[in-house]
Amino acid sequence: MSTAISIEHVSKVYRLGTIQGATLGDDLVRWWAKVRHKPDPQLIVGPHARRTGSQFWALDDVSFDVRGGEVLGLVGRNGAGKSTLLKILSQVTAPSSGQITFRGRIASLLEVGTGFHPDLTGRENIFLNGAILGMTKAEIRRKLDEIVAFSECADFIDTPVKRYSSGMYVRLAFAVAAHLEPEILIVDEVLAVGDAQFQDKCLGKMQAVSRGGRTVLFVSHNMGAVRRLCSRVVLLDGGRVSSIGEPGHVIEAYLGGGAQSAGLWRRESPIPQSTGIYFSEISLTNNRGAITNTLASTEPFNINLSVEVPTHARPAQISIRITNQQGIAVFTTANTDVDKRLLSVPKGRHWYSVTIPGDFLGPGRYTTLVGATIPGVVSFDVVEALAFTIEDMGSHATALRDGRMGIVTPLLHWTGGAGDNRGVRQTDSLAVAFEALLAT
Amino acid sequence: MPAADHTTLMSGLPAPREPEPSASDPAMAVTIIRPSRSWFDWRLKQLWRYRDLISLFVWRDFVSVYKQTILGPAWHVIRPLITTLIFTVVFSRLAGLSTDGAPPFLFYMVGNVVWAYFANSLDNTSKTFTANSSLLGKVYFHRLVIPVSMVISNLIAFGIQFGILLVVMVIYALSGVSLHPTALVLLTPILLVILAGYALGGGIVVCALTTRYRDLSYLVTFGVQLLMYLTPVIYPLSAVPVRYRWAAQLNPLSPVFEGFRVGFLGVGTVTIEQLAWSFVIMAAVLSAGTMLFTRVERTFMDTV
Repeated sequence: MSTAISIEHVSKVYRLGTIQGATLGDDLVRWWAKVRHKPDPQLIVGPHARRTGSQFWALDDVSFDVRGGEVLGLVGRNGAGKSTLLKILSQVTAPSSGQITFRGRIASLLEVGTGFHPDLTGRENIFLNGAILGMTKAEIRRKLDEIVAFSECADFIDTPVKRYSSGMYVRLAFAVAAHLEPEILIVDEVLAVGDAQFQDKCLGKMQAVSRGGRTVLFVSHNMGAVRRLCSRVVLLDGGRVSSIGEPGHVIEAYLGGGAQSAGLWRRESPIPQSTGIYFSEISLTNNRGAITNTLASTEPFNINLSVEVPTHARPAQISIRITNQQGIAVFTTANTDVDKRLLSVPKGRHWYSVTIPGDFLGPGRYTTLVGATIPGVVSFDVVEALAFTIEDMGSHATALRDGRMGIVTPLLHWTGGAGDNRGVRQTDSLAVAFEALLAT
Repeated sequence: MPAADHTTLMSGLPAPREPEPSASDPAMAVTIIRPSRSWFDWRLKQLWRYRDLISLFVWRDFVSVYKQTILGPAWHVIRPLITTLIFTVVFSRLAGLSTDGAPPFLFYMVGNVVWAYFANSLDNTSKTFTANSSLLGKVYFHRLVIPVSMVISNLIAFGIQFGILLVVMVIYALSGVSLHPTALVLLTPILLVILAGYALGGGIVVCALTTRYRDLSYLVTFGVQLLMYLTPVIYPLSAVPVRYRWAAQLNPLSPVFEGFRVGFLGVGTVTIEQLAWSFVIMAAVLSAGTMLFTRVERTFMDTV
């Protein structure tokens, strides 16, 4: 199989803070000093002099090949370098070093609907957007009917897009990009928008594209989709390729978390001795015992607390509250739940752990809040420390993409079903009895 | 090919097709992304391939400004008329500046309309990166597409304003004022090309420099204003004292304005040497602009 994209030792460095010589004045002063052989008056001396300290390596010596005709998954946490790599690939920005070689046209769905003008009609925007993505007018004209049909916006094609619903807008935008027929297609989370049917259609189009011998680079946080669609997956972590290979293996590595994943919180600042109880360590572990803040939706995980009681035993309730991204408290659980009364915590270090079941929290980001309190009386210590992500593993809640509502997605036990007509018979016999009663 | 048919039947889908690489197909060209690009790697061929996008951008600007609002086109009419009126009162009536014998209103209107084209185009192109950062941050297309389309877009506004100028000229002629258009009217396209070249070249120089020096944009607004007074826009070249006239003639914009006035009003002087000089300097500015632009276009997204 031929190589579609060859990425060789690509790095990208961003300077943090001020950009060197941000004003003409600064540079003129610097130049004048240089002319007179004086030291640079704007040179930062002292502890902040090291330039390297203010550099950020978004990508650090990344190398891998994308084979022609494959669907390659690109996964990684936020800030791992995925977006930077895509920006370099789509030539929005240049790498700091290294080289990328590819054959043909790369179409990126980094952001669908780029360049859409609200005052122009759907048809006009197809032309504009198509040309921005690199098509010629003739090419667009040839595919116009197909694009309009795919977008399901035929009735509104001569209406300004500012009157479109957001769903229509996205459909139209995706339709244009999908018909670009690029040799390499970059798909980045666009599938998160639009309704379930349209998402299916997009996934179908993506598969058709790769079946047609074209290459797809699929970037997603949806591990279920990555597992289903990709033939190989690259895992980026801290700007480096940390794993590459078949999906199951790489997804495992991703969810297992590396050393950098923040599934652990430790108290760093010393705490006053007068504090009755405080938390010294909080961690999240998956069901294989690894510390991570990226958890699979289908698997249980543990929240572990280390509690210090420095002076003498105290009664206390140790509680954990889980809050979702919308700021809604999903649930609160406490060590007092079983006994339904406060227990005394003796002097020393104690360890608590609670298991959150799998198939319970839906995919998304959550934060934990832990507290040691005597409810309504005293609050010893409250720590809002760990944020974690529940990754969609193709759980029951998202398998049919039915867009179900609710803040938790528990997998509940259903009884009855096809062939079981016990309930029906009861009703029937009741009706029969009623009719018999009437007949008399 | 029975084998192929068999595969098709088995999967129920067309057999995979290997994309056929062909050197002639631009879509299959090999692209190499490297950290930096040479000063002279202008990729004009690629720019030409994006001509459809240029025309669509021009058309988008036209539609969004002229189709949807009433104020848009009206503004293009009102502004030059009012500015011309003010110039006529201030420079001709109050200051008593010479207009080489041409009707003052027409004299100032020519200068105004032509200058407005140059100044607006320069202003627009100099803001290429900042005004389009959201678009440029998402997709790649030849970055010169935007400034080029802006210079062309502004031609539409210029056309409207110039149309009004011609109407005013006809009104003057009908009311008995004798006007003397000359054959140099035919030079109009060349003069416009030169002017557009300066606006584009100057604009992209500024655009490239402002990615590094933010404070430069204030200087440019001021500089363009100053330039108007250094160029024979509101006064004829003949009004410049003979001692300093060589300096005024060195200004490569002078022949353009003199040229317009010779053509449409029959006043002023312009020689072929002066026009050639103006053209050569324009080509130099445009090349310098393209070089600078080529250097910064690839990384400006990191700083804007």
